[in-house]
Amino acid sequence: MATKLPKVPIVIVGLGWMGGVIAAELTKAGHKVVALERGKSRKTEDYFHVHDELRYSQRYDLMQDLSKETVTFRSNEKVRSLPMRTYGSFLLGDGIGGAGVHWNGQYHRFLPYDFEIYSKTVERYGKKKIPEGMIIQDWGITYDELDPYFTKFEAMAGISGEQETVEFIGKMSKPFPTPPMKKTPAMKLFEDATKSLGYKPYVIASANLSENYTNPDGISRGACQYCAFCERFGCEYGSKADPVVTVLPVAEKTGKLEVRTHANVTRVLHKDGKATGVVYVNTPTGEEFEQPADLVILASYVFSNVRLLLMSKLGKPYDPKSGTGVVGRNYAYQIVGGSSTAFFEEKEFNTFMGAGALGNSIDEFNGDNFDHSSLDFLHGGNIRLTQTGNRPIATNPTPKGTPSWGKDFKQKSIRYANRTLSVGIQGANMPFRHHYLDLDPVYKDIYGDPLIRLTYDFEDQDKKLVSYIAEKTKAIAEAMKPSFVETGNQISKYSIVPYQSTHNTGGVVMGKDPSTSTVNNYLQMWDADNVFVVGASAFAHNSGYNPTATIGALAYRAVEGILKYLEKGGPLA
Amino acid sequence: MADNNNNNINKGSKEQPQDTSRRNFMKYTGTALGGAVVGGLIGGVIGNSMKGKEKPESGVKPGTPEKTTKNFNEALMFLTQDQFQITEAAVERIFPEDDIGPGAKALGVAFFVDHQLAGAYGINARDYMQGPFYQADAEQGYQLGFKRHELFTMGLASMQEYSAKTYQKKFTELSGEEQDAVLTAFEKSDASLKGIPAGTFFSLLRQLTIEGVYADPLYSGNRNMDGWKMRSYPGNQMSYYDVIDKDEFQKIDPLSLHDHLNIG
Repeated sequence: MATKLPKVPIVIVGLGWMGGVIAAELTKAGHKVVALERGKSRKTEDYFHVHDELRYSQRYDLMQDLSKETVTFRSNEKVRSLPMRTYGSFLLGDGIGGAGVHWNGQYHRFLPYDFEIYSKTVERYGKKKIPEGMIIQDWGITYDELDPYFTKFEAMAGISGEQETVEFIGKMSKPFPTPPMKKTPAMKLFEDATKSLGYKPYVIASANLSENYTNPDGISRGACQYCAFCERFGCEYGSKADPVVTVLPVAEKTGKLEVRTHANVTRVLHKDGKATGVVYVNTPTGEEFEQPADLVILASYVFSNVRLLLMSKLGKPYDPKSGTGVVGRNYAYQIVGGSSTAFFEEKEFNTFMGAGALGNSIDEFNGDNFDHSSLDFLHGGNIRLTQTGNRPIATNPTPKGTPSWGKDFKQKSIRYANRTLSVGIQGANMPFRHHYLDLDPVYKDIYGDPLIRLTYDFEDQDKKLVSYIAEKTKAIAEAMKPSFVETGNQISKYSIVPYQSTHNTGGVVMGKDPSTSTVNNYLQMWDADNVFVVGASAFAHNSGYNPTATIGALAYRAVEGILKYLEKGGPLA
Repeated sequence: MADNNNNNINKGSKEQPQDTSRRNFMKYTGTALGGAVVGGLIGGVIGNSMKGKEKPESGVKPGTPEKTTKNFNEALMFLTQDQFQITEAAVERIFPEDDIGPGAKALGVAFFVDHQLAGAYGINARDYMQGPFYQADAEQGYQLGFKRHELFTMGLASMQEYSAKTYQKKFTELSGEEQDAVLTAFEKSDASLKGIPAGTFFSLLRQLTIEGVYADPLYSGNRNMDGWKMRSYPGNQMSYYDVIDKDEFQKIDPLSLHDHLNIG
């Protein structure tokens, strides 16, 4: 039996980027907040010995311990779902800061097209353009409405980027607060190559900080040192924006934030359309607590947000057969196929140096920036060359036909260790009726609760997008004048084995229609107005970009909604 | 050849703010600094503190034997001596010694493998190992009910059996070509290897080999950072701020996490 604690006004579940932003803003506004985080606390000093590829990149030191909880996966409903026993396709964060600790810091606002994807697609191409089974929908908010929230996140994190933006992306009411990152020779090659093809390249905006920066909350951070250990690592300088070095100190300073670590929330309690609190396990002792609250904010990773709602029987679960219900629908991922690798016999690059968000990109083939009339797919992707720091265990490029071990492998992998550059994509992924999240009927976590189940595969849409973009990456790679280029122009089935991207989205989708969305455009639940569910779980599809910028904007949007709700209560939309 | 890396460590800019986390960082590392503290300077100071203490050797040719003291880490935690010898022979075929430099054997990779199997990785400590276990589609990944250290020793025993059956010799007594043929049979899950997930075992063996060649030497492989030196990888460097935009390839003497240790 859970020990019942005294009621608190606001509980946040999960203290990553979303929970951090919301905690900072609500406490600054004078509200008391209790944050429940299942993992441990983290601080910059933890990363003094972080330049350890084996520990962090290969053994996933910062990630969720899968022995306790994982996800199950199947390609479609005919296949038996089985647990992801080891890490592969995506990496789940854990602890204070969540996935905001181990991200790269690449920052792209989603396109105006994204937020009105259904309307704009129908307007330009007609309804028939949308294939059977694809369930794209408008997000219930426009890019222009979101602009001020993007600006807030950018000011808080000190995003570094070009002051003038290309016409292919949404207009910014304020330029980025710090200038772009340095340009490496590899980035310059990409820049020259894309310009020679008539495109307009730009330096990818970065949360790594191009120069020292003090944000509006008075938080000062130092410039990125290009040490090459970002993705899967924490930043030992605090240069990479993460919740621990930006929003959490602000919340803590107010004295109004109470953080409880090792507090794993297992249920949201609710009655008559209102949440009454949450139940959590204090993991070191196994003791169960009930924490009553007036307002509950779910701010965990995509899978945990969806799972908690389903386990709590809050919101209508999605049923793929009838297409009704909402919690779990519109799962989407990131398409990363179609890249080209350029091999240079005559030149070596310092690709062992880098930063998580160091790169150059173009958006001519992203969103609806190009005519899809004669194409049988929608959307596209950001085409880019990034220099995130090649590490020797993970990066051993060899030309096609080279064996994966033995004399030839050794010679070629060493020969080309510093002689390749890749032109890749962040490809968009559209939702389909039969791609969704629900609770696994068999597999459980260590507390006996069902694991979340992912049903997902690549569609023709994705395969055609990849073949099309592959031609573009190939042309760009060739224009970089290497000795030869190799292109991966095909994807077949989605596999959970190789790492692809930790950009899982959807499941608690935002929108204007309660029959196709779980939360309104303030991230407030239709079915319980004192519950807000924030994160990439709100995405109705995934764009051709990294998601954090848009998640960040949605967090500030949710803050505004929560403050309104605290003032007058009731549904905000 | 290389610049001493300490000269390459640079600051983000002239003035750098100091926040709480950085002050704690300084406190934690025991590095006393006054005045304005600079991100890059932390690295510089720490790097400098190692000067004269234990400078990385520069100009050492990869593979140069330089063993002067006993390395007490080079002992077995998990494998038997026989298993160790098979492992050493196998990893050497996967990453052989050649003109470029040492192979997996000279890099200590078999010790790395032994130590990994003895620890959290070998017992799948952070993997989901609850049943039920079923045969899976390839897209669903590893679905075996036994652990890496079990898979590994099972694989080694099977390699011995296969060698005996095919060549009437132990694996360690085979020629290099014959050893390659055995490894290839495992890599391709040869039909004669019934009852063992041969391909899965080979993937583990190959992966551990590459990791042992290139992981920080603290894990007992990559001896003397020679794995890194072969591919001009400089290991643990605090900052590339001033060289990140340079056209020329930067040859930098490698540093390990051992060089970074700054306690007492």
